[in-house]
Amino acid sequence: MSAQDRAADSTPPGLPPIVAAIRSSRRDLARLLTRIENGQAAAELAALYPYTGKAHIVGVTGAPGTGKSSLVNALARHYRREGQTVGIVAVDPSSPFTGGAILGDRIRMQDLSGDAGVFIRSMATRGSLGGLASTTGDLTRALDAAGYDLVFVETVGAGQSEVDIARTAQTTLVVEAPGLGDDVQAIKAGILEIADILVVNKADRPGIENTVRALRAMLELGHRTERALHHGRLLNVSAAPPDENENAAWQPPIVQTVALDGKGIPELAEKLAAHRAYLRSSGTLAVREQARIEAEIADRLRDALLTRLLSQTDPALLAALVEQVSARTLDPGSAIQQLLKRFGENHTG
Amino acid sequence: MNQPTESKERKIRVLVAKPGLDGHDRGAKVVARALRDAGMEVVYTGLRQTPEMIVDAALQEDVDVIGLSILSGAHMAIVPRILELMKAHGLDDVKVVIGGIIPNEDADELEKMGVSAVFGPGASTEAIAEHIRRVVH
Repeated sequence: MSAQDRAADSTPPGLPPIVAAIRSSRRDLARLLTRIENGQAAAELAALYPYTGKAHIVGVTGAPGTGKSSLVNALARHYRREGQTVGIVAVDPSSPFTGGAILGDRIRMQDLSGDAGVFIRSMATRGSLGGLASTTGDLTRALDAAGYDLVFVETVGAGQSEVDIARTAQTTLVVEAPGLGDDVQAIKAGILEIADILVVNKADRPGIENTVRALRAMLELGHRTERALHHGRLLNVSAAPPDENENAAWQPPIVQTVALDGKGIPELAEKLAAHRAYLRSSGTLAVREQARIEAEIADRLRDALLTRLLSQTDPALLAALVEQVSARTLDPGSAIQQLLKRFGENHTG
Repeated sequence: MNQPTESKERKIRVLVAKPGLDGHDRGAKVVARALRDAGMEVVYTGLRQTPEMIVDAALQEDVDVIGLSILSGAHMAIVPRILELMKAHGLDDVKVVIGGIIPNEDADELEKMGVSAVFGPGASTEAIAEHIRRVVH
């Protein structure tokens, strides 16, 4: 192959076909995302994994009606003006009764239509709790491998405990708006603890001073212990390394925005860049990434082992145990011990 | 287990869009909700969508069906343009379903062009869901 031929071929040699495909065809990317959602893309995910880790993954969470979609829209427009490409995964809840869903986040993102540098995908939670779908992380990986510079993940309208986003994103924005709750809401445990940046959207509304004051007071009160919890609870890793540097260095800033007219968006983008620089320079990125991977492996292993154990369990035995537990002749803990014992015998024999 | 939906199953994904300039989206919302209740995932894009916006969204969302609600009388201008853009983007296997006020002779012509079905004001939401299930699977 001549140098000219190589120059003409923009994809580096050895790029796996799936990575080449999703970088050149939006249709191929969209179809891969569907296969990932349906649990039919294990081989492709393995092939593209080495090409991930480049994008800045930004989580956007907050209560319904705070303006998450509009904020993502405004941020995407900002980054497009700066020449960066943007992937967006927007999650809405599935009905627990029918499994159906209405995915309405695109309504607020119409400005981005027709821009080849933006890819928006809506997804339903499909039974997952915690604010994301079980495959949301893999969707962000596909967008990362497809070459988008930033990937925004918008969670379902979250209350106080939908904190899975902190395990998927590198930087988590928690979006608040004036008039949604008193200052006791602000000091409750949960969603505020995962904020790397607090955004008070709709800052042109009355009550903005009170909201900002309550959030600031919460941050000042709670910050010293908050970060330990941050790792302990959020990342779901009991042996997370205590990170004193992080305590000292990053104080979640409060940024006021009006997403609909773009006010405060450049300032928010600056804070996002600052947080990313901080994650890198402090080594926190690597620490978080390792904790996240450990937690992900534990989660997936749990699912895989459960599936395997149940598939190897004699349904008659399971039914008999359920019968005994409901008749109060056996307790649930002992029933589980019996199941585990059988499973162990199958695997040592 | 509070997991009523088997996550590995192929979900039917439908884009519900409201092209044109009239602001009446009640019908589109009723249909979107009915399809949700039929277990489908409905991407709802809102009012005043251009054909380009609709096809761009359908491509990114990888939907099985595009549902269009058209009350403005502009269907003979809008729908052929959408079908043309779909072809250009390789969305040949995506079905198009139309609801709204469409005269019978226009409906016949639209179906000849490749529209999967046209539903008038009297159509039941069950019939729409049933049709989608039949043509997708």
